[in-house]
Amino acid sequence: MSLAGMPLSKNCRVTGVRPGNPLAYRLMEMGVIEGAVVQVLRRAPLGDPLQVRVGDYELSLRQSEADLIEVVAD
Amino acid sequence: MPASNQFTAAAAPITEASTTREHATIALIGNPNTGKTTLFNALTGFRRHVANYPGVTVEIARGPIRGIQRPTELLDLPGTYSLAAHSPDETVVCDALRGRVPDQARPDVVIAIVDASNLKRNLYLLCQLLDSGHPVVVALTMNDVAAARGLRVDGKKLAQRLGVPVIAVDARQPQSVAPLAQAVEDALNVVPPPAAVELPQPLTAVTQQLLDRHPELHRSEALRIITDQAGHAEQLFLGRGGDGALVNTLRVELAAQNVDPTAAEIRARYAWVDRVLGGVVERTLPPGNSWSHRIDAILTHRVGGTIFLLALLYVVFTALYSWAGPLMDGIEWSLAAVGDAISDVLPTGIIRSLVLDGLIAGVGGVLVFLPQILILFLFIAILEDCGYLARAAFLVDRLMRPLGLSGRAFIPLLSSFACAVPAIMGTRAIADRRERFITILIAPFMSCSARLPVYVLLIGALVPPVAWLGGWARLDALVMLAMYLVGVSVAIPIAWLLRHTTFSGPASGFVLELPSYKLPRLRTVGQRVYMAGKDFVIRAGSIILIASIVIWALGYFPRSAATQRAVQAQQQKHNWSDSEFETHLASAYLRDSYLGRLGQTIEPAIRPLGWDWRIGVGVLASFPAREVIVATLGTIFNLEAGSEEDTAPLEQAIQEAAWPDTGRPLFTLPVALSLMVFFALCAQCVSTLAVIRRETGTWLWPLVSFGGMTAIAYVAALLVAQVGAVLS
Repeated sequence: MSLAGMPLSKNCRVTGVRPGNPLAYRLMEMGVIEGAVVQVLRRAPLGDPLQVRVGDYELSLRQSEADLIEVVAD
Repeated sequence: MPASNQFTAAAAPITEASTTREHATIALIGNPNTGKTTLFNALTGFRRHVANYPGVTVEIARGPIRGIQRPTELLDLPGTYSLAAHSPDETVVCDALRGRVPDQARPDVVIAIVDASNLKRNLYLLCQLLDSGHPVVVALTMNDVAAARGLRVDGKKLAQRLGVPVIAVDARQPQSVAPLAQAVEDALNVVPPPAAVELPQPLTAVTQQLLDRHPELHRSEALRIITDQAGHAEQLFLGRGGDGALVNTLRVELAAQNVDPTAAEIRARYAWVDRVLGGVVERTLPPGNSWSHRIDAILTHRVGGTIFLLALLYVVFTALYSWAGPLMDGIEWSLAAVGDAISDVLPTGIIRSLVLDGLIAGVGGVLVFLPQILILFLFIAILEDCGYLARAAFLVDRLMRPLGLSGRAFIPLLSSFACAVPAIMGTRAIADRRERFITILIAPFMSCSARLPVYVLLIGALVPPVAWLGGWARLDALVMLAMYLVGVSVAIPIAWLLRHTTFSGPASGFVLELPSYKLPRLRTVGQRVYMAGKDFVIRAGSIILIASIVIWALGYFPRSAATQRAVQAQQQKHNWSDSEFETHLASAYLRDSYLGRLGQTIEPAIRPLGWDWRIGVGVLASFPAREVIVATLGTIFNLEAGSEEDTAPLEQAIQEAAWPDTGRPLFTLPVALSLMVFFALCAQCVSTLAVIRRETGTWLWPLVSFGGMTAIAYVAALLVAQVGAVLS
């Protein structure tokens, strides 16, 4: 299941980032990697992008970028 | 400073290499938002000078480290998450680290800044730095934030595991950085640590093959060339004549073994990070419980966040319009006073005209922008330093997306409505080059405050005072609103066009860190505001001054005696007073000047717009700055020099102006509208062009901007004039 489809405030564990997109590598470098704990905190007023916690910090990710991240509920 | 904050690992033996040069070069490298600039200031005591390197648009600040024996030069490099460079900022970090920036030595020591509250991600970059072949000293920052979040970091254990010194610093207390400076001095005599990470075997094997072919490369460089497809390292390598075919073969080899080199490197490094951090960090609170989260519950909330953003924008706009107003008036008043004093001293003639109309007008044209630049940068620096700017970008990102832009372009574009000059300087916060250039190119279409005097003059003179709905809908207000909308409605398709032509390519995305909130530091904010102002005055100011003097010379020369005799003859005929004679003479001189002749030469081109040569001269003369047209029209229409605020005589002159051959009125409503539309869309602002030159690093973009905007403005003005002529 992709991070973009997860309910708000649900703790998730990353199982993989869909490769091929340069952004996927940037996400991995920033700690969105197998085993990392992530959580969608909230959505921007227009529904997109998402405010996401990755480990000890927070990121703004577009829906399309969150779609690259495969997660399971923790 | 308590010694317990210093966690020193066993030092390696001394080398000779780093002690031979007199100045040691130290690079300060770390993730964004880790307090890097604050630490730089604490180490150097705010002594910084910004260097512009040839071919590098990103600036690197430099300064000597205080309190150590060896003379040093500390480089404040942009924040980066990785040494796999994609943005211009990251490229500079990699080049500086490798000693590939012109006129800049390879660093002798790297200070790696590590945010104690976010160790995992920070250690990823540290891992790459440890492999880069430089002695490394770790500066552990944000210890107070970590403590507040219930994170306890065992610095001693961390130093042991890393094999390099780890120094806890609080950059807001400058004396706390003394142990760090000492550790840096010690590290100058230390050999670089061995590679930190054992990479997967297939990756080590291909790296070795590339090293065998190119022994001049460092191992970390060879790895980067293979892993970072189409990245900066590969481009540099190919540019130097590196063996691209071999790199491709090696990549195919890895693909055959089902190894994704980029992902493999990242996973190996994070596995290393996990090993290093095991037992180093103790967590006493669950994540997500800090006051930063509580602030965000309001500031990025759907309703609360939107209201706060709108209120903030209102304050910024009010400040740009109304706080800057008195300061700008003050500057203009002072310059006028200087001008008066000079005109009392200097006799009438070329020198006086050069000083008054060339130099002082030029200096004024530079200084008058300063209040808005300083105010805008004050807001940007505070908002960025406290962490809100990233939130603002988060809130509006969706709105900007149809233009092919992201939330990061929002603040610069909005501040363009006040003035494009500070706005274009503000685009430095946009990491993606394509997005930044599109923003720079469309920013001048936003209707800035310098266009206002033109609108006010022409609307006041020529738009009939019609009102409907009991005064709630007024034609003049609607025309004014239309002028603001013209720019926006042209900018949108232009942005789209640029995104799909010159700046096409994969979307840069919007992966943006939302750093935890912190109180802005006065000195850091003050420094940014000061640098922005200084930068503008020195770099853009010189171009503005030159352009003003050139336009002055074109409007002044040649002063022929024939012109004077002709006006004298008319004086006798019409019985003019001395002052009437002076204004007619000034008008005749301008008509016969190079600028005036140019206006007459281009008349065939501007006739279809309904303009005569006099309007043409006004437009030409306002090349340095739009608002100059008001004064130029005053001179052409034989008005005595009056104050800029009182446009009533000029409005009357405009209403009375007529075509000399037919006697029909010159300024009809369609003509006024076409002139306003022209000014709404043209690039008649040398300051903007100078700043575009400054920010893009080439003359290409200001030329494109000027050519493109002038063409668009001409076509739009032509349309308005022709449609208007048919309708009226």
